[in-house]
Amino acid sequence: MSKHQFAAPQAGGLTAQYFDLDEHDHPEGGSTLLGFWIYLMSDCLIFAMLFAAYGVLGGNYAAGPGPKDLFELPLVAINTAMLLFSSITYGFAMIAMQRGRVAGVQGWLLVTALFGAAFLSIELYEFSHLIADGATPQRSAFLSAFFTLVGTHGLHVTFGLIWLGTLLVQLGQSGLTEANKRRLLCLSMFWHFLDVVWVGVFTFVYLMGTLR
Amino acid sequence: MSSSHTDAHDDAPHFSLKDYGTGFALSVVLTAIPFWLVMSGALGDKTLTALVIAGFAVVQVVVHMIYFLHMNTKSQGGWNFLALVFTLILVGIVLSGSLWVMYHLNHNMMPMPHNMNELP
Repeated sequence: MSKHQFAAPQAGGLTAQYFDLDEHDHPEGGSTLLGFWIYLMSDCLIFAMLFAAYGVLGGNYAAGPGPKDLFELPLVAINTAMLLFSSITYGFAMIAMQRGRVAGVQGWLLVTALFGAAFLSIELYEFSHLIADGATPQRSAFLSAFFTLVGTHGLHVTFGLIWLGTLLVQLGQSGLTEANKRRLLCLSMFWHFLDVVWVGVFTFVYLMGTLR
Repeated sequence: MSSSHTDAHDDAPHFSLKDYGTGFALSVVLTAIPFWLVMSGALGDKTLTALVIAGFAVVQVVVHMIYFLHMNTKSQGGWNFLALVFTLILVGIVLSGSLWVMYHLNHNMMPMPHNMNELP
């Protein structure tokens, strides 16, 4: 099978042109992982914008409460631990996938989902307390930027959980097929990426806010 | 891993307990120290503490990239890494540019009296 063919020589007969007549092989899903990585990088830019907005507006309290009055570091520490635990349990799911054990993958995914749900619950508890204290997103530029940044991260975790649930159903239906493995790899990147963003959030929002 | 591009799973990283364990242990240490520094105020100086915890965050991001996201310069023929470097450059420009410009804007916009007649 030749991939290139000579075009008919032109009148001059000196220039030969090459055309790609047969499309080369594109295996199904062959570029999914790279494509998903590029999506994550664009997501990274969204978070960079939100971090920049927080960095610019984070000091404008409009005579309202500041980070020192609002943030409870022990709660944030527990939250950070939940997300870190969910990262390592997702890693265990990937190791189980590598060994071809469907039940192991499902079990670890379930544990990951529980840690993720715990993270979200703590975050919602924190938000509800802030709002009950009058520290709503409308209160000051600092709080608007805070809720937008942390809320966007929480929204990502929510969608990650929905995706995780979907994958559990798909694994139950068809097991560790090539397509399901690819989906697991993509969610793995998504999940660990959210943990990377959280490192930025707890350092630059919570810890540095408390220092201010 | 073979260098063939026909099999999608050639590009899948190899997962090992050792990698995840190392990454997790490092992450726990790199998270616990900044929290402890801020909560105990061990370093005293706030600016110094801020710089140190920022350093810990950068190191932890790199640890996550290597041990959890299996980032290296060769996966997907290097395109993964190239996309990452490009993104980091953009993030650097966005963050430093925004903070720099807005800081100077705030600095130069001195509070003005509402009534211009009050000006000398």
